[in-house]
Amino acid sequence: MVAWICSLGKSLKAAIAALGFAFLLLFLAIKITLFGKKFDQPVRLRHIILELHASGVQALPVVILMAGTIGIMLAIQGIHSLAIFGAESQVTFGLALSIPREFAPLITGIIVAGRSGSQLASRVGSMRLNGELDALTAMGIAPARFIVAPCLIGLMLSLPILVATANLSAFVAAGLYLDTALGISPVAYWNDVFIIVSLADLAQSFGKAFVFSILISIISISKGLSVVGGADMLGKATTSSVVTCIGSIIVADTFFALLS
Amino acid sequence: MKTQQDRAETPLKVNSLQGGYNGQAVIHDCNMTVTAGEIVVIMGGSGSGKSTFLRHLIGLKPPMQGDVELFGQSLYSVSEMERLSLLKGIGVSFQSGALLSSLTVAQNVSLPLIEHTHLDQQTIDFIIRMKLDFVGLLGKENLLPSELSGGMLKRAAVARAIALDPRIAFMDEPSAGLDPAVSASLDELIIKLRASLGMSVVVVTHELESAFKIADRIIILDRGYIIFSGTVEEIKVSKNLRIQNLINRVPEEEEFDPEAHLKRLFGEA
Repeated sequence: MVAWICSLGKSLKAAIAALGFAFLLLFLAIKITLFGKKFDQPVRLRHIILELHASGVQALPVVILMAGTIGIMLAIQGIHSLAIFGAESQVTFGLALSIPREFAPLITGIIVAGRSGSQLASRVGSMRLNGELDALTAMGIAPARFIVAPCLIGLMLSLPILVATANLSAFVAAGLYLDTALGISPVAYWNDVFIIVSLADLAQSFGKAFVFSILISIISISKGLSVVGGADMLGKATTSSVVTCIGSIIVADTFFALLS
Repeated sequence: MKTQQDRAETPLKVNSLQGGYNGQAVIHDCNMTVTAGEIVVIMGGSGSGKSTFLRHLIGLKPPMQGDVELFGQSLYSVSEMERLSLLKGIGVSFQSGALLSSLTVAQNVSLPLIEHTHLDQQTIDFIIRMKLDFVGLLGKENLLPSELSGGMLKRAAVARAIALDPRIAFMDEPSAGLDPAVSASLDELIIKLRASLGMSVVVVTHELESAFKIADRIIILDRGYIIFSGTVEEIKVSKNLRIQNLINRVPEEEEFDPEAHLKRLFGEA
C-alpha cells in the first residue's frame, strides 16, 4: 500500500513537473516571439513558413480524405437514425450542427497530433540526443526562437486552415452522398447548411483549432526535449507525445462541449 | 575596473569554478585564463571532468560556484539573452560534430551568419566557401552530415565554429576516433586557426601526441581538480606521479580490497 502511494506520488510529481515545463515552454515561445527582436533573437519568417508547410500544406491530403470519409459516415448514420422517426430529410440539421462544432476540429486535431506532433517530438528528441540543441545554444541561437516559436506559430496558423478545409471536405462529401442516397439537391443542401451553421459554430470550430494547435506543439516539443538516453527513449517519447496530445485534445474538446 | 585592453587580451577567465551534476561536484575550484592567440589544451583521463568543465566554459551549464568570464564579462551572472549575445563571440566544435542533421554542410556553416549578421546571400555564400576551403572541404557544400566521414564531420564542425571569426574557439576531442593522418591534419588546422586568424583555441583532448604538438599551455584535470598548468616542456619534466602516469600511459594503481570487490560482484555494495 505504501509502495503504491509512493508510486502515485512520484507519478503525480512527474506530471506536475511536465505540466510546469510545458507552460514554461509556452511562456518562452510567446516571450521570444514578442520581444526576441529586442534581444537580437528574432523569430524568422522563413522558419514559420517551413513549419506551416510541414504541418499544414503536407497534411492537406490526409485531412481532406479523412474529413470527407467522416462526412459520408455521418450522413449514413444520420439517415439510419432519423429513419426510425421517418425524418431522413432532416439529416442536414445533424450534419450542420455536428461537423463544424465537433467532427472537423476533432478529426483534424487527431490527425495533426499523429502526424505533425510525432514528427515534432522525434525531431526535437533526436536534436537533443545528437547535441544539436547544445550546438544552437553555443552559437548564441536560442532554441526557443529557432524551434519552439516557429513550430507554435506554424501550427497556430495551419490548424485553423486545416479545420476550415476539413469542414468543407466533410460537407461536400456528405452533400454528394445525400444527393445520391436521398436525392437532396446540392442547392437545397447548401442552402440548409448556410442557414443552420451559425457564427457561434464557426467560432467554436476555430477556437478549438487554436487551442489544439497550442496543445500539440507544446506537448510534442516538451516530450522531445525530455528525451534522454538513446533511440529506445526517442521512440517512447514520440509515442507518449501522440498519446498525450490526443488525450489532451479530447479533454479540451470536452471542456468546449461543457462550456458551449 | 576592466580596461578594453584587458578584455581583448583575456578572452576567457575561469574563477574558482565548481560544477557538476545533480548537486554533486565534479569540478572543484578550477581557475584558468586564456590569453589572446593562445592555444590551451585541457587534458585528463576518462572521467576526469574535461567535458563537464567544457560545458561550463561554453555557457551550457551554470556552475555551482565561481564564474566564467568571456571577454571580461561574467557568463552566468547575466540574463539568458545577454549570455546568448556573449556566446555569439565564441565558436564551438563538438566531439560529435553536432551539425544539424537536416541541413547540408553549407547550410550548417551559414547558420550563424544568417542568424547573427545582416550580410547578403552572395557574401554569405562566399564566406561559406572560404571557410570550407580553410578546413579542406570546398566542394562538399551540398552533402548532408550523414554523408560525411568522421574527419570531414569534425572539419565541417570547425568551419561552422569559425564562421563568424570568433576570438576564441573551443574544440572537444577534435581528433578522437580518427586515424593518425586525419588526426594530424586536424592538429595542423588548429595551429593554422591561430596563425592566420589570431584566434585563441581551447582544446579538450586525451591525445598526448596531439596536445604536445599544438599546445602553448597544457592544463591537466584530475578527478575534477586542475593539478597542472604549464608548457609542454614543463609537463615533460614534472615530478608529479599522476602527471607522469598520464603522459607515460601507465595504468592507475588502485587499492584492491578483495572483500569490497566480492561485495560489488554479488551486487551487495
